[in-house]
Amino acid sequence: MPVGAQPSPGADAAPIIRVRGLVNRFGKQIVHDGLDMEVRPQEIFGIVGGSGTGKSVLLRTILGLQQPASGSVELYGRDLHRMERPERVEIMKNYGVTFQHGALISSLTVAENIQLPLREYMKLTEPELDALVELNLRLVGLSVDAAGKFPAQLSGGMVKRAALARSLALEPKLLFLDEPTAGLDPISAAAFDTLLLYLQSQLHLTVVMITHDLDTLFRTCTRVGVIVDGHMISDSLDGLLKNDDPWIKEYFHGPRARAAEAHHDG
Amino acid sequence: MTPSAASLEVAGGGNAWKVNIVGDWSLAAIPALDAQLCALPAAASGTLECDWSRAGRTDLGAAWILLERLRVLQANGVTVRHVGTPPELLTLLGTLQDERSAEPPPVPDTRSKLQHLLVGVGRWSLDLGRNARGFLEFYGRIFAVLGAVLRRPKALRLSSVVRFVYETGITAIPIVALIAFLISVIVAYLGAQQLTKFGADIFVVDLVTVAVLRELGVLLTAIIVAGRSGSAFAAEIGVMQINEETDALRSMGMNPIELLTVPRILGLMIALPLLTVIADAMGLAGGGLLSLTQLNIPWVQFVSRMREAIAPTTFWAGIIKAPVFAFLIAMVGTYRGMQVRSSARELGRLTTMAVVQSIFLVILADALFAILFVNLDF
Repeated sequence: MPVGAQPSPGADAAPIIRVRGLVNRFGKQIVHDGLDMEVRPQEIFGIVGGSGTGKSVLLRTILGLQQPASGSVELYGRDLHRMERPERVEIMKNYGVTFQHGALISSLTVAENIQLPLREYMKLTEPELDALVELNLRLVGLSVDAAGKFPAQLSGGMVKRAALARSLALEPKLLFLDEPTAGLDPISAAAFDTLLLYLQSQLHLTVVMITHDLDTLFRTCTRVGVIVDGHMISDSLDGLLKNDDPWIKEYFHGPRARAAEAHHDG
Repeated sequence: MTPSAASLEVAGGGNAWKVNIVGDWSLAAIPALDAQLCALPAAASGTLECDWSRAGRTDLGAAWILLERLRVLQANGVTVRHVGTPPELLTLLGTLQDERSAEPPPVPDTRSKLQHLLVGVGRWSLDLGRNARGFLEFYGRIFAVLGAVLRRPKALRLSSVVRFVYETGITAIPIVALIAFLISVIVAYLGAQQLTKFGADIFVVDLVTVAVLRELGVLLTAIIVAGRSGSAFAAEIGVMQINEETDALRSMGMNPIELLTVPRILGLMIALPLLTVIADAMGLAGGGLLSLTQLNIPWVQFVSRMREAIAPTTFWAGIIKAPVFAFLIAMVGTYRGMQVRSSARELGRLTTMAVVQSIFLVILADALFAILFVNLDF
């Protein structure tokens, strides 16, 4: 039985994200050394790697928040780093991001956080904005009571969900998640996986996700990219399980991985 | 596929309405559709048929807004039917709407305005009481640590104290010197304008020396330091609170008051009097310079007049206040920092509060000193 979710319908279509020969360095430390990566439509792509291998740096580069030393990053076939700002904003409106710690604006309520991009880019009336807040909260499985609360009043799991609601507000087709289940208890993490799969199938999202959570990886990801020595090895989970690279071997055949794998096979 | 303009075609009347959904429904198109959405027959009963056969790409948010509008009609007793291949996301949205109807309706707020006001006043009073008690407790803890230092000299974190003398004192010298100099020049200049009318030029020296030594030197320094270091204390400790660093210290059996608060208080109590001496010197220099250039009073005469103008206690009447001001500033700053709980908003609010309150307390204390000194004839 194959591990992970079924291959996405867009497996043969043109990739949504194409990273070519990416080099990132900080001083003398080389983080990415000619990294290649492709994400196809409607797949859930997991990025894994040891601590300090530059997963978050890769994400920031793809998002256009960091200029790479060399190499190209194409979103929807266009190079984000060679674009003027107005064009770049248009591309940015087409993806949603949730950061590791939620990154909800702490001086705004959850409702105001969700409305933030809507107010900036859409001309909507107050009742419509309120309706959309309710829609997005319900989509991520939060109750409407959460709308009036400030981020500091929410639990860790609720912060992650609220952040997801904000990233969905502009109805992007591409979603980036940075460790969405880190710091959640196993039940909340499992619920988040279910939510992610549900949203992905309902809204036909393409998801790029950094995760250390092996359960999430086995349960949700169509393909996985492993960062080793500044390069990326991407394959389906089945393929990676047979890979000979020592780090990948240890990662996917360690005691924790075996447990997660057995759980999803059984 | 080029996007086609979205619109809503309403036809029919009486008990049977028909609505054609045309074009691509997206959030961007909603403002243009507002009027048409509101024109849906609100009071009608009977049936309403939504025809999706001419609809293009439909976005979630736009469909939700349409459904919410139809929901109002349904509540009025209209039967809504979707025909002509409605998009599959309607099912998802329908599920979400059903979830809401399954929830208990929100409890309406039945309290009157007066009750709200009373609750507000009550909360405020409780907060005030709690705040006062917290401050008193904090004050007590500081003295407990100072008492412990007598028994256990290691509790005095000497290296931290030195660090704060440097950060709050040495690095503040340029700004304190500059401001003391400028203010004293201004006072002397304005004083000279008035006093020359009476031919009493020489009293400018009295004015400047007494004002600078007794009041301006120490007060200005305290206010600058409150803005500079009071805010830094509150923000530093506040961020440590957010990062749970103070909890980490506590869990290792260490006392955050001993490690964070007392060194800052002692450091500032050493630094502020020294800064005041510099401010006094620069103030006198400013007064002297202005007297020389504007009033042709040479330095020698300025200094000899200054000796006559001031009593032996004048300098001390200023400098003695400095440690008290330092204590107030450092205590308010660290106390507000300790109050921060897990949000950036709190941090900003409490840092502002620390600065405002420490400046207020400094001026209040200065007024009390003035009364005390007059009564003591100091």
